[in-house]
Amino acid sequence: MEYSYYPGCSLKSSSKDYAESVKQVSDKLGITLIELSNWACCGASVSHIPEESLSLALPALTIAEADKYSRDIVASCAACFNRLKSTHLLLGKYPEKKIETEKLIGKNLSVKINVKHFLEVLFEEVKDWDSIIIKKLKGLKVACYYGCLLTRPNDMIKDGKSEDPRMMDNLMEKLGAASIDWPFKTECCGTSFGLSKPEVVLKLSGRILRSAKKSGAECIVVACPLCHSNLDLRQSQIEKYNNLKFDLPVFYFPELAALALGIDYRNLLLDKHIVDPMPLLRRKDLI
Amino acid sequence: MRIGVFICHCGTNISGVVDVVKLAESISHYPGVVISKENKYMCSDPGQNLIKSAVKEYNLDRIVVASCTPKLHENTFRACLEDLGLNPYMLEIANIREQCSWVHSDNPELATKKAEDLIKMAIARVRFAKELTCSKVTIERRALVIGGGVAGIQSALDIANAGYHVTLVERTPSIGGRMAQLDKTFPTLDCSACILTPKMVEANRHHLIKILTYSEVEEVSGFVGSFEVTIRMKSRSVEMKKCTGCGMCQSKCPVKVDSEFDEGLSKRRAIYMPFPQAVPNIPVIDRANCRYFLEKKCGVCKKVCPSDAIDYDQEDTILKEKFGSITIATGFDLFDHSAYGEYGYGKLKNVITSIQYERLVNSSGPTGGHIIRPSDGKEAKKVAFISCVGSRDNKMGKPYCSKVCCMYTAKHALLLKEHVPDAEAYIFYIDIRAAGKNYEEFVYRVQENYRVKYIRGRVSKIFEEGDNLIVRGFDTLSGESIEMEFDLVVLAVGVIPRKDSDSFARMLNISLDANHFVGELHPKLAPVEKNTPGIFLSGSCQYPRDIPESVAMAGAAAVKSLSLFAKEFLTSEPMISEVNTSICTGCLNCKNICPYRAINEEEIKDLDGKIRIVAKVNETICRGCGTCVASCPSQCINLKGVSNEQILAAIEAL
Repeated sequence: MEYSYYPGCSLKSSSKDYAESVKQVSDKLGITLIELSNWACCGASVSHIPEESLSLALPALTIAEADKYSRDIVASCAACFNRLKSTHLLLGKYPEKKIETEKLIGKNLSVKINVKHFLEVLFEEVKDWDSIIIKKLKGLKVACYYGCLLTRPNDMIKDGKSEDPRMMDNLMEKLGAASIDWPFKTECCGTSFGLSKPEVVLKLSGRILRSAKKSGAECIVVACPLCHSNLDLRQSQIEKYNNLKFDLPVFYFPELAALALGIDYRNLLLDKHIVDPMPLLRRKDLI
Repeated sequence: MRIGVFICHCGTNISGVVDVVKLAESISHYPGVVISKENKYMCSDPGQNLIKSAVKEYNLDRIVVASCTPKLHENTFRACLEDLGLNPYMLEIANIREQCSWVHSDNPELATKKAEDLIKMAIARVRFAKELTCSKVTIERRALVIGGGVAGIQSALDIANAGYHVTLVERTPSIGGRMAQLDKTFPTLDCSACILTPKMVEANRHHLIKILTYSEVEEVSGFVGSFEVTIRMKSRSVEMKKCTGCGMCQSKCPVKVDSEFDEGLSKRRAIYMPFPQAVPNIPVIDRANCRYFLEKKCGVCKKVCPSDAIDYDQEDTILKEKFGSITIATGFDLFDHSAYGEYGYGKLKNVITSIQYERLVNSSGPTGGHIIRPSDGKEAKKVAFISCVGSRDNKMGKPYCSKVCCMYTAKHALLLKEHVPDAEAYIFYIDIRAAGKNYEEFVYRVQENYRVKYIRGRVSKIFEEGDNLIVRGFDTLSGESIEMEFDLVVLAVGVIPRKDSDSFARMLNISLDANHFVGELHPKLAPVEKNTPGIFLSGSCQYPRDIPESVAMAGAAAVKSLSLFAKEFLTSEPMISEVNTSICTGCLNCKNICPYRAINEEEIKDLDGKIRIVAKVNETICRGCGTCVASCPSQCINLKGVSNEQILAAIEAL
């Protein structure tokens, strides 16, 4: 199936590893992601602060662009997805906001196409994983970390339980991994405070890593570039700050899907990870 | 036709805006009006005497009173006409207060004009007024009480003690209800069972009370004074006359299922009595779980029963009886906290509900009164009590306050300290609502003498860490985020309407309020009555109620039944619908639309001998709402006292 692909800024820069794994997996599964040529910044965590109209207008620019092709939009960054989807829902629900936004961006909006996260796409497109998996992720204990934006508010990904989502866990189990039950699946990692007030991230992400480790996870799986950088890039800082040792590799979910689908690990940009995942993958005989 | 018009000043309520004197003058020239007078208070004795003397003096045969809403004094003026020997329905009220002077105080001139129009319309209506009479209806002097909790038991006792027969229908195998499950009662700390069981026994022994447990009301028709009720007595599979209540059967039954009475904290057998003091003291077989009924095997209970009381072939009994009144005392359910993701969707073992805690602290409960954790049986030393779980939460669709939780939570914390003196108790609350006799003092005592710590703020997350639970919240008084470790968390789950309240209301043809509780007739002045005459309310079916309130409501509801039974006969409302059968086509639109189910079909014989179907209004049930009049395509239904010709005449008069 064909989708309009919205990479967002992170996947073009700091999270090229995520982008590469999304590309590899979708190519392998025959999912066609066509990058929108004129995508705009989603507004992320700042555009709603000055005023609501801006936070709607920015994603609306992208939605208007996608309208041209009548294909559903796919985003892989949780923030991009959240902004696009909540704008889409809001404009569909409140006609007066739609009219106001149309005026602001100077374009008409149909709000007929859907917004999906790449996790949902994998879930919907692949019905029978068993027949296509080359190497089961046997014995790999993963903590699925959804972050704060993927499931909230309740009508983001179609999972039903925003505080205890199962979609990524189910995917991991289909890939053969053992997903552990842990209480910090949807806690805040500290997001962009990493730049302005790093101790917030060191504390909050520290709790997430501690909980995952305590619950017996060998690695963490994420669906958001910012979660990844807070948990992976800052892990050694967090360890120092909390005086604890974690050594938990952090994967993007398509990276693990790629390994299970038999994609050569050298095609993935795993060397971009800060916490080296290779020893774990070797230990589990996955590479 | 001699019409008199009487215009009221209502102090200055009307005359402060409307020029009453000028109005009386101009109306007196109106065709058909013999006399027009004004008075400071028409409802006062001098005002009424003015009407009476004018009627006599001018030989009036109908009157118009221009005053306040007919809801207030229509009956006063009707009585006035009755005193004079006139039919009380030869009266029209023009509401020139609520519908004129009060709302148009900014424009006296136009207000006077509008008052004149309103009076003209009333005159037009009164021209077509007809003499109406009430008919008499007999009363079945027996009461039905639905629900055998403390509210139902008390209501039944109060009615029976006045000398009337009562049938008390209870869905579960025993009467007792929620109160039987509770440990102590706030604020006196009386043992709940100790004060309830005497009432249960009294009801059981009362020669005028018939208790039907394990039974449900299935159908209700009829009307006040004569409700026809169908009750299904589910088969107990135990012969009540033979059973001695020895309990042998339930001790030998091999099947174990979660006990409803202990809220899943213990097991009961497939043949069981819900609790030791059950009334009647006779078990039932839960056929959905009984091995004999599922697999046709076992039969142990029958073998061990010393009095041969087990009867596997027993069938449900259907009972049809007539009652004069119905009291609804169906009680409440509790909010299912699995809706709260932040509290673990109901998955965390050591997070229990307040009613489960009641069973835990109860010395006859599943743990013999030991407050232990469900996960490992260890004694709880540090317990968090969280209030407003499913109350005061719009997100959960429960905007209302459950009212009893603040008090029972304070009691729970106190009981923890009594049972485990070195334990720590924390209560997370939004507000403390302790409005009741000695309630505030009780909470104060819990805080001061028992050193229970109150933290003001909602809990945002509960999660497991190792064996214990971490409670994360926000202390809104100190402005700090808090995270504390607890052995056990007790959720004060909200009081919600019975889950089947919608179908129950449909069966009884009664309305529910916005939160699906059984709505009352008037929130202030008729709190135990329904809009259907003869149906009364008691206890938490109406709104969350504590025990003293439920008992008080039970008494109030009983008095309503009794004042009905004290009458020699009932009079029917004369302002009701009537069908002109000569033009009725029998479409029965009216029957389907009638909110009181007052219309039925009737076969009549035409002049040419042909039989056809027409609508027939049951005079006792009809409330005169007029819905059928508007729905009738052939305009053959008329509302007596507000007839079509009266309405048209009023419009003409404008």
